Amino acid sequence: MKQSLFESRHQPQWQAFAEQLKQLEQGKRKAGDMADFPHQYRRLCQHLALAQERGYSSYLVDPLQQLALRGHQQLYRHRSRLTANILSFVLADFPRLVREQWRFVLIAGLLFFGSLVVVALLVYLFPELVYSIVSPQQVAEMQGMYDPEASRLGRLADRAASEDWMMFGYYVMHNIGIAFQTFAAGLLFGLGSVFFLIYNGLIIGAISGHLTEIGYGQTFWSFVIGHGAFELTAIALAGAAGLQLGWALIAPGRLTRAESLRLAARKSMQMLCGVMLLLLIAAFIEAYWSSSTTTAAWIKYLVGAVLWLLVAAYLTLTGRTRHAPE
Amino acid sequence: MQSAPLDTRYQIETPEGIDLPLRPAGLLPRALAFAFDLGVRGLAMGILLVPLALLGNIGIGLGSLLLFLVSWWYMVLFEVLNQGCSPGKQVMGLRVVQDDGTPIGWSASLIRNLLRFVDMLPFGYFFGAVSCLQHPHFKRLGDLAAGTLVIYRQQPAARPKIPQAAPLGLPFTLELNEQRAILGFAERQGELSAERVHELASILAMPLQVPAARAAEQLNGVARGLLGPT
Repeated sequence: MKQSLFESRHQPQWQAFAEQLKQLEQGKRKAGDMADFPHQYRRLCQHLALAQERGYSSYLVDPLQQLALRGHQQLYRHRSRLTANILSFVLADFPRLVREQWRFVLIAGLLFFGSLVVVALLVYLFPELVYSIVSPQQVAEMQGMYDPEASRLGRLADRAASEDWMMFGYYVMHNIGIAFQTFAAGLLFGLGSVFFLIYNGLIIGAISGHLTEIGYGQTFWSFVIGHGAFELTAIALAGAAGLQLGWALIAPGRLTRAESLRLAARKSMQMLCGVMLLLLIAAFIEAYWSSSTTTAAWIKYLVGAVLWLLVAAYLTLTGRTRHAPE
Repeated sequence: MQSAPLDTRYQIETPEGIDLPLRPAGLLPRALAFAFDLGVRGLAMGILLVPLALLGNIGIGLGSLLLFLVSWWYMVLFEVLNQGCSPGKQVMGLRVVQDDGTPIGWSASLIRNLLRFVDMLPFGYFFGAVSCLQHPHFKRLGDLAAGTLVIYRQQPAARPKIPQAAPLGLPFTLELNEQRAILGFAERQGELSAERVHELASILAMPLQVPAARAAEQLNGVARGLLGPT
């Protein structure tokens, strides 16, 4: 068949297909309404194969190729699991993933909490050490924040409801930003994650040691214990996700490094989604519960302990049975 | 079926058994697209932060949420919800797809955009640029991990007219590549100078058994013959 005859015979079909594509791309019509779309797409593919095989001109083959590519994009879509399976992710998949990756979680936890505890003890015993880790202005700022004289805790002395709002926004941005950094830096063979884990551990450890040592312990610990359960766990898990990335590059096993990185990235992304969730909860608690001074300190310690147990139980026990609610 | 292309095209094979060529985009258009996106973000933040600053503390809270959204989620939201195009990519005619040519999903987009942080290290996108320049399909580190590809969105080119000539059949059969070449020659003539047309056509004067001066006309005739009546 001559090219011009082929073209004039099928041109209306191609135009109709292009029209359908345009509607799908602009989201005007749902894929469900177009029952004949796959059929039309396959016919276009057949035409393209014919046109190539018969050596028709590039000005015919190229537009057909572009149509086929656009059709391919509409027909073969990765179903996004993020929106569909949130419930099963929260109830089963995330804790399961954390347990499956327990080696990385353990290493990240040791690096983070280890450096935190060691530095906190060192600063408590040798108070002047704090100035070699944290700058003097920051120390002064922290002291102002947790001064037992202040009526409400957090960044400012007395806070209204609108300030809770402000701090919520600030915590979300600041903490999730840190978690993302800790994760992403893992691409540098895991070294970046190790650095951020230890660095954050050092800062937090130094400040907590210092504040305890100068007698602000009561205000400080009752403030941080509640949201710390979620926040510190989340940072450690973000580090674990980053380490996973790095390890995929260091020891790819039987895969190529690129392939192994791709697989690890998908897994660690799921872990990071869980981390974001934990940090959102932490920001809520931090802004609305931890900062209130009307509750007695012992209630805060109690609630904090319960929250720590809750997080631990969630990560170790949830989703153990195969038929967890889905 | 086809030999490996000389250019940077990236072939994917669809389940229908056809090969679709993608054209990966290089460092420069991607950098320009990013610069555009950066500008858009800066502008949006500038405009939105002014009224928020007047709202006092709630405004500051909303502002930090907004800053978080814009700095970490701007690219992800646009790429997933807008057919793989952030505004900058739209302007530069680019889009992001998965390695197999399918549209990008939440997970892949999050990976490639969070790892942007590493691409920016140690300063000014150094790692990203190095990775992009040495990779055959111009992937930065985030693309490597997410298995994504930045390609050109191709628009169909306007079709040129083939010069008038009497349709002509050849006494021997042409191979597919030869047929494509002759059609290509006839269609692109308008873009070439008369001397170049003559030079190209005279290569084929011998096999066509015509004097070099008439070779171009002869080829146009063959192309007409291949195309059929219009």
